[in-house]
Amino acid sequence: MRKRALILGAKSAIAQAIVLRLADEEYDFVLAARDSAHLAPFAADLKLQRGCSVELVEFDALDLASLEMFPQRVEEQCGAFDLGVLVFGYLGEQRGTEQNTEEMLKVLNSNFTAAAVVLGHLANYLEQRDKGGGIIGISSVAGDRGRQSNFFYGAAKGGLTLFLQGLRNRLAPKGIHVLTVKPGFVDTPMTEELEGLFLVAKPEKVADDIARAYKKKKDVLYTPFFWRWIMLIIRSIPERVFKKLKL
Amino acid sequence: MRASQGAPTLAQGNCRSYGDACLYERVVSTLPLHHLLEFDSDKGLLRAQAGCTLDKLIAYSLPRGFFLPVTPGTKFPTLGGCLAADVHGKNHHAEGSISAFVEDIDLVLADGHQVTCSRLEHADLFWATMGGMGLTGLIYAATLRMKKIESAFMCTRTIKTENFAELCQAFAQTQDQYTYSVSWIDCLATGKKLGRSMLMLGEHATATEAPGNTRFKAHADGGPSVPFFLPDLALNRFTMQAFNTLYYHRQFSRQRDTTIHYNPYFYPLDSVQHWNRIYGRRGFLQYQFVVPFAGGREIMADLLARIAQRGTASFLAVLKTLGAQGQGPLSFPMPGYTLALDIPLHDPGIIPFLQEINKEIVRTEGRIYLAKDAILDREDFEAMYPRLDEFKRIKREVDPHNHFRSLQSDRLGLT
Repeated sequence: MRKRALILGAKSAIAQAIVLRLADEEYDFVLAARDSAHLAPFAADLKLQRGCSVELVEFDALDLASLEMFPQRVEEQCGAFDLGVLVFGYLGEQRGTEQNTEEMLKVLNSNFTAAAVVLGHLANYLEQRDKGGGIIGISSVAGDRGRQSNFFYGAAKGGLTLFLQGLRNRLAPKGIHVLTVKPGFVDTPMTEELEGLFLVAKPEKVADDIARAYKKKKDVLYTPFFWRWIMLIIRSIPERVFKKLKL
Repeated sequence: MRASQGAPTLAQGNCRSYGDACLYERVVSTLPLHHLLEFDSDKGLLRAQAGCTLDKLIAYSLPRGFFLPVTPGTKFPTLGGCLAADVHGKNHHAEGSISAFVEDIDLVLADGHQVTCSRLEHADLFWATMGGMGLTGLIYAATLRMKKIESAFMCTRTIKTENFAELCQAFAQTQDQYTYSVSWIDCLATGKKLGRSMLMLGEHATATEAPGNTRFKAHADGGPSVPFFLPDLALNRFTMQAFNTLYYHRQFSRQRDTTIHYNPYFYPLDSVQHWNRIYGRRGFLQYQFVVPFAGGREIMADLLARIAQRGTASFLAVLKTLGAQGQGPLSFPMPGYTLALDIPLHDPGIIPFLQEINKEIVRTEGRIYLAKDAILDREDFEAMYPRLDEFKRIKREVDPHNHFRSLQSDRLGLT
């Protein structure tokens, strides 16, 4: 029987790369996004070229009240699913965010609050279904240490990393696997405006790493791999020194 | 639709037109529009976004028993680019240009509206867009009537001819028998050998003619690459002559029949990535024109003689016959002979020489192919395309402020 993956935030470049990669593993898809109709060409191409079934559902992560019944709504519309992939996120611009409550809430809610709420309900759904499956959560290396250049985003992603850790602990006995993904810089519209990026990875590379890691039931994935070592160094700098650095 | 906002712009596909037709100060790439949308396998109708390359369309349709109804000599242009240039292929004399197989297009206009155009709906706009060089709007998607085939292979016949008269005769004799025909001319052969050539004819192989289990095998990606620009000296009269002579004498017999895969048949140059680098950093000019059958032979012979005499070597000189004029007011093909040349740019006198030839083409009522043009002037252009006013009228209607424009359209006074 074919497996089905629910992709939350399916309009992003990483999400679409993950979908194309998972299509190799014989998954069908439910693509959830705001204005999901924009995904119709992507879905049509996927159906034609890969022969998988693809459904579109409307999903607004910031409409927190709608999240409770979301997994049930997906099942009603499209059938049961085995894998939830949380990709949505919002980077914002740190300097601007610092001056604007609305932006602060948008960054925090998109990356943490909404993510935690929808994952919480997703976990309940998978547990009740009791057929294994899994969750892949895209966090970020930015969540590994607070830095002046992006700590609203970083703090929210750090929270998500902790949340996924707890979720893994809860779901492991049920045979539901949770993979935390911490990508470095990825060549997507999210990073288009940023200057001075280094070691920028292609979404296809990140997606391939994710699919492999999930298959091997890894818990935490840094992608590309060298970010594990970069972040190890960054985390090990004493705070006394770190607070004076311009990172 | 963002393409229609702000400063003037141009939809740009995969930049496979040779001149400045795909260039402007500000362009909107259609490459993100690379999705296939629908396929009706009963009717062979493939609907795709305009940024899909032909390569992608073939890879999808071939294993399902369909091929492009018309293809240029490379599979890397986008669908939108092919429609904007109303491209022709080796089958033009028999089946027409690509617009003959387009069911409908979705076009984003300068005012931001998207309209569906076909032979029945907005027919004027539909035809103006076929060969309209992207000036009517941005093609978002199109439905193409694909050709049903029985295999991925081609049955080919190659006929060697000693000179130009023999070639024309061979074309005339084989015209009605073969769907695909094209000839390669040794542009450096002079005197009695002027116009010596290989006429290559082809048909899609039937199921029984194709080799067994690879019947519907699509091409593989990649192939060798020219890693850097060769020095200008690499291609000169002598190396070209040597190449052309070798190529011509590769086949001993006058006539040879083979069955080959569509990829080397239609796309011989695609197998060498960055092949343009052999022309060095200064690159080359691609030059293609058509002249009517009546009087065309004499003019072609005269031109070939002058090109050969000048020694402005051409690596690839391709001659073929074209069939009926298409319906697009700026569509290039018309009945006659068309000759395409690659001309290295290290000869300083070459551009004035070709501009002089442009004048002769005007006198014979022939024309230059806009997808390959870089040097035509406004006066000659206006003389070459008799339905220009019709095109300009439609352009004024849908894009009065010349939002969509290219370096070429500015040069030719179209915008």
